[in-house]
Amino acid sequence: MELAIEALSLQKRYAEVQAVAGINLQIARGEYFGMLGPNGAGKTTTVAMIYCFLPIEGGELYVLDMDVRKQARAIKARLGVVPQENNLDEELTVLENLLIYASYFGIDRQTATKRALAQLEFFELTAKQHVDVEALSGGMKRRLTIARAMMNEPDILILDEPTTGLDPEARHYIWQHLKQLKKTGLTLLLTTHYLEEASQLCDRIVVLDEGRILEEGQPAALITQHVGATVIEATLPQREHDSLLQTVQALLNGYMVIGETLYLHPGYNITTVLAKVQEHSKVETLTQRPANLEDVFLKLTGRRFGGA
Amino acid sequence: MHNYFQAFLSLNRYAWRVFARNMAVFKKTYKANIAFNFFEPLLYLAAMGMGLGAFVGSINGISYVQFIAPGMIASSAMWAASSECTYDSFVRMKMEKIYHAIVVTPINLHEVIAGELFTGTLKSVLYGSVILLVITGLGLVTSFYALLVPFVLLLCGIIFSELGMIWTGLVAKIDSFSYFFTLIITPMYLFSGVFFPIEALPDIVQTVAWFLPLYHVVTVLRSLVLGLISPALFGHILWLLCFAILIFPLPLLLIHKRFIK
Repeated sequence: MELAIEALSLQKRYAEVQAVAGINLQIARGEYFGMLGPNGAGKTTTVAMIYCFLPIEGGELYVLDMDVRKQARAIKARLGVVPQENNLDEELTVLENLLIYASYFGIDRQTATKRALAQLEFFELTAKQHVDVEALSGGMKRRLTIARAMMNEPDILILDEPTTGLDPEARHYIWQHLKQLKKTGLTLLLTTHYLEEASQLCDRIVVLDEGRILEEGQPAALITQHVGATVIEATLPQREHDSLLQTVQALLNGYMVIGETLYLHPGYNITTVLAKVQEHSKVETLTQRPANLEDVFLKLTGRRFGGA
Repeated sequence: MHNYFQAFLSLNRYAWRVFARNMAVFKKTYKANIAFNFFEPLLYLAAMGMGLGAFVGSINGISYVQFIAPGMIASSAMWAASSECTYDSFVRMKMEKIYHAIVVTPINLHEVIAGELFTGTLKSVLYGSVILLVITGLGLVTSFYALLVPFVLLLCGIIFSELGMIWTGLVAKIDSFSYFFTLIITPMYLFSGVFFPIEALPDIVQTVAWFLPLYHVVTVLRSLVLGLISPALFGHILWLLCFAILIFPLPLLLIHKRFIK
């Protein structure tokens, strides 16, 4: 397997905080790979080391078989980076933004123009090419930032929370475009705290918390392994939790508690568990839904994603 | 020390690409900028030259307005470079996150800063030269040596870009730039011989003035504009050149330290 990115016990510390505490990663070329975790989990720090912005402090890090400590310039020439915050040239037009960005890579004007027009076409921004960036919507700016990152025809596209702050429609739109790029053999590294984003896009994910990898695998497999297909959510006063659990615990794969809500993982015993919960007189609300990565995270950390 | 010398390697084509980026943006906004920039020196020239000049008569055998006109070139160039590399650079760095956008490409942070310094320098030459044209139109230039003014402004520009950028590397907030102008730029403006010959001041002030870059800029510009050429001018040029080179690495190292944790 040819590796796009390899990290060996990678570490980074800010003053008293150990932001990345010994991470091992192997990302194959052509793979769509997601890093999931709550804010402060170390995702952004990790990718910033990969795109050679932050110096690494411990361990080894190779990108496209090059050492980040020695070949930063050569590595960066092969990466496309979409940062968390938009940093487009607001005073310039859409097309100018792409051309200027290409000039940082030393791409000649003619090639740059050709690529820029192709990218605008692909990201459906052709009609906006002569519009100043400040006039674009959030979703368009995001697409332009991704188009910009593609100007050097990168081997690896790194997206740091690409759809944070966008409405669901704009988000789905960007996912579609990213999915299409997979055919080109691109490697994609994505950080996100949207679990759906990771499920939609990624072949494989790692779940990060406090600078460590908690779990690694395919999104669907992780859900099956840790939770099962279905989750039953029941709300009832905390003092009643034990009485409900007594009746169903033997039927469950597992459960989690947050506040007054019980998250039951019934495995294949959905109907039986549901019936038992319905029989309990103190249950206030009851929901049955497909399990998702959030349940996995909850199970792994005992916390919800947002930290609540 | 190794880093200090390493910084000079940033004077390369990557820094030039950053400069080209800034020029592309400048091309879209220069009309408003340049008009605004030479308005203020002209006000000074009118107020001081004609107003104050009516009382002063002549200095060293030339009219007061002629005396201060070259100083207006110098001060315009100084303000242009120092505001470019403080407020404008700060906005690009902290607000627009342009540095972040560039350093993920093959260009590194030192080269970004070098490109910023080139930008400040160009603006300095440009805004200074505009004043030169204006005072030429007003008949205040008496020598063809004035054609050398833009070359001196290159030195003026790089020095004040460096000083502004050093401050940008040191301060945490945009409000702190007012200290830079109050504590450094304004005193320099007042005590570098722009408005009166510093020979009028006590010896100690004259000694201090020798350490101010603007003093050397003003002296050289005045000599060129009035055609008063002497070997002493080379001393001033050499002073500026050495100063510009010696402090060049400082803004690069300071911003790097502040930017990359």
